[in-house]
Amino acid sequence: MLPELGHFALILALLLAALQAVFGIAGPMLGRERWIRAVSPALAGQAVMVATAVLCLANAFIGNDFSVAYVAQNSNSALPLFYRVAALWGAHEGSLLLWILLLSLWSVAVAIRSGSLPPKFAARVLGVLGLVSFGFLLFTLATSNPFMRLDPPAPDGRDLNPILQDPGLAVHPPILYTGYVGFAVAFAFACAAMLEGRLDQAWARWTRPWTTSAWAFLTCGIALGSFWAYYELGWGGFWFWDPVENASFMPWLVGTALVHSLAVTDKRGLFKSWTLLLAILAFSLSMLGTFLVRSGVLVSVHSFAADPSRGMFILVFLIIMIGGALSLYAWRAPLLKSDAGFELGARESFLLFNNVLLVTAAATVFAGTLAPLISDALHLGTVSVGPPYFNPTFMLSMLPLAALLSVGIHSGWKRGRLKDKERMLLFTFVAAAVLACGLVFGIYRHGQVLSPVAATVGIWILIASLVDPLDRWRRGLTLSRGVLGMTIAHMGLGIAVVALTTVQSFTLERDLAVSPGEVAQVGAYELRFQGVKPVEGPNFDGVGGTFVVTRAGKPVATLTPQKRQFWVQHQVTSETAITVNHGNNLLLALGDDLGGGRWSVRVQVRPLVSLVWLAALIMAIGGGLAASDRRYRNVRVTAGAAANAVPGKA
Amino acid sequence: MTPTRKRRLLLVTGIVAGVSIAGALALNAFRRNVTFFFDPTQVAQGEVAPGQAFRLGGMVTQGSLARAPGSLEVRFIVTDFSHQVPVSYTGVLPDLFREGAGVVAHGRLNASGTFVADEVLAKHDEKYMPPEVERSLKRRHGESRANSTTGAADATPAVPAPTTQTGS
Repeated sequence: MLPELGHFALILALLLAALQAVFGIAGPMLGRERWIRAVSPALAGQAVMVATAVLCLANAFIGNDFSVAYVAQNSNSALPLFYRVAALWGAHEGSLLLWILLLSLWSVAVAIRSGSLPPKFAARVLGVLGLVSFGFLLFTLATSNPFMRLDPPAPDGRDLNPILQDPGLAVHPPILYTGYVGFAVAFAFACAAMLEGRLDQAWARWTRPWTTSAWAFLTCGIALGSFWAYYELGWGGFWFWDPVENASFMPWLVGTALVHSLAVTDKRGLFKSWTLLLAILAFSLSMLGTFLVRSGVLVSVHSFAADPSRGMFILVFLIIMIGGALSLYAWRAPLLKSDAGFELGARESFLLFNNVLLVTAAATVFAGTLAPLISDALHLGTVSVGPPYFNPTFMLSMLPLAALLSVGIHSGWKRGRLKDKERMLLFTFVAAAVLACGLVFGIYRHGQVLSPVAATVGIWILIASLVDPLDRWRRGLTLSRGVLGMTIAHMGLGIAVVALTTVQSFTLERDLAVSPGEVAQVGAYELRFQGVKPVEGPNFDGVGGTFVVTRAGKPVATLTPQKRQFWVQHQVTSETAITVNHGNNLLLALGDDLGGGRWSVRVQVRPLVSLVWLAALIMAIGGGLAASDRRYRNVRVTAGAAANAVPGKA
Repeated sequence: MTPTRKRRLLLVTGIVAGVSIAGALALNAFRRNVTFFFDPTQVAQGEVAPGQAFRLGGMVTQGSLARAPGSLEVRFIVTDFSHQVPVSYTGVLPDLFREGAGVVAHGRLNASGTFVADEVLAKHDEKYMPPEVERSLKRRHGESRANSTTGAADATPAVPAPTTQTGS
């Protein structure tokens, strides 16, 4: 009964989302007060219905109801309860439902905080969000209904993909999706502003915390995904430039540009139409990402559930949403001129460079990700594009970006006033260069040409970011959360640049064949293999190898990588063993039985790789802090303001 | 020109120049680093330039997996059921590598026609078939069926069979 209730709730949610969209978009246009007032109740109803559907599906998973096809395909009675709940979003149908749930939660949050917005404007924002909800609900019901029944019911489930049976599944998708979906809010604000035909600085200020929070979630989600891939997939890398990774990275790059461009629109009333375009792009890329991953049009190591038959619906939906928003933009953006000048050395210029470089990076990633698709469609051969393309092109735009950051944060709005900072900038740069050379040549003792350059740029960010906050603190001045958050996020980036440099330059990877008792040397570490013994879990069995790791004779750790065979899907997975020592991540993955007691093992030593994920977390924390700044509370967007508000000293 | 306009022009020129340079470099990187996919039939027909790195995809032939005892070197045969390519690889094979399953490997052909792989990919899901391999097999499967109806041997060049003959 409950699955049918869930299905029914989903249909009701679809109808309510349609009402929400029609009332929200048509109400203000036709001047119907009652329609405008009905938007929030429609949204509330939609959210309740979506939550009901999610609970019904969760109940089917918990209760092992294998008469539901989706449950039968992705769960098993031997699966621990924790994974039965998380399996809800373990495949296509359920992850779409999660997407929809998160969208309705974001919408409700906007509705709650919309008291300071003019009712017409708030209605438009919620109307656009309703339209997005409607599209996704329709897609789910038409092509990917998770409540389909099996007749007769399956005796037991086909089990969750063993790769996904990891605590990472419980946190990574919800956080990543929260980020993706959060850009819908910026998108809805942009569309509402264009429908309204006006955009003032208060608009930008209202949008900023939403965008920054979404960005922080996305940052966190990507980092978690990378970490998960690192320890679970057993290949040891943390970023493969895989289509699925790129799909989450492109909205991140454009979202980062949006966060910065919004700052200019907020403070100076500039870059208005550019900000709108970025808001549309960020969410379009989020949707494209979700669909590219799910439709199976791109070959990916992460595609768990792919079904090309959904391609057509997706294409039409994307054309309507993105095409519609872009047409609206072409029609309305010329209304939003901003005409205030700024000097070449002013902060506006630096943020402009920031935006150009970030969008260029996103464009190169986009080109590399979609090239195989285009080449295939045009019958130019089946191709793949990998790290040899992505690494240099990405660095080409990111190194200048990171280098400009240290100068840009010290420039003033409108007039750069960099003359007074010259000495400080030079001093911090030299200090960074010395430290970088110490790191590259002193600690790691070798390196490529770019290693000291990139390390200098990274360390420079760390030092330069600290100058202003330390100065204010010394003089007893308070730091706003906005500035503090920005500083922390920039320092996170600095750490990331340094860590990425060391990982890229100094990683050791070895595939070894070892006999019991044999000692292998990898970098500074000695590994003594002590043989394998059987292991057993709730729904798998396998073998575990024991390796005693020492560094110059001193014990470091005993690592036991496993090879697991899952009973239901007969799938073999590697359970890697990792230890951190002297900043190095030592990863072991057990390979194959080579015969005669010998086993193959994959050993990787990645220096400072933990800092990459930590850096992302720091960036996300900085974003969260900045989003909670006091100046974003009780922002009044006045209904009567002129279309082109005069940029003031906000 | 007013100073503001001049400055703006400078800024725009700078950005356009920067973006064009980035674009040109990206295009260049792209041309040099794109990897083509070939199936065993294409390899047999000599479509691969000598020394070119490429991705080979197909099914691992049943019973073809051989390993020098205690060593990391493995040999197996990749087939599209029309042609075969012997592959050698030194290293740890992915978890999902199995005889009779789809595989994609990256590497080069050596002088004796063996494909020396530096990377072997197999996907997450055991039901999963690499899409390139699936497409290639569909193409070959159709061809071989056409060949068998016309009574032609496997070695004949893949010429589409005349429809009249297929019908008879």
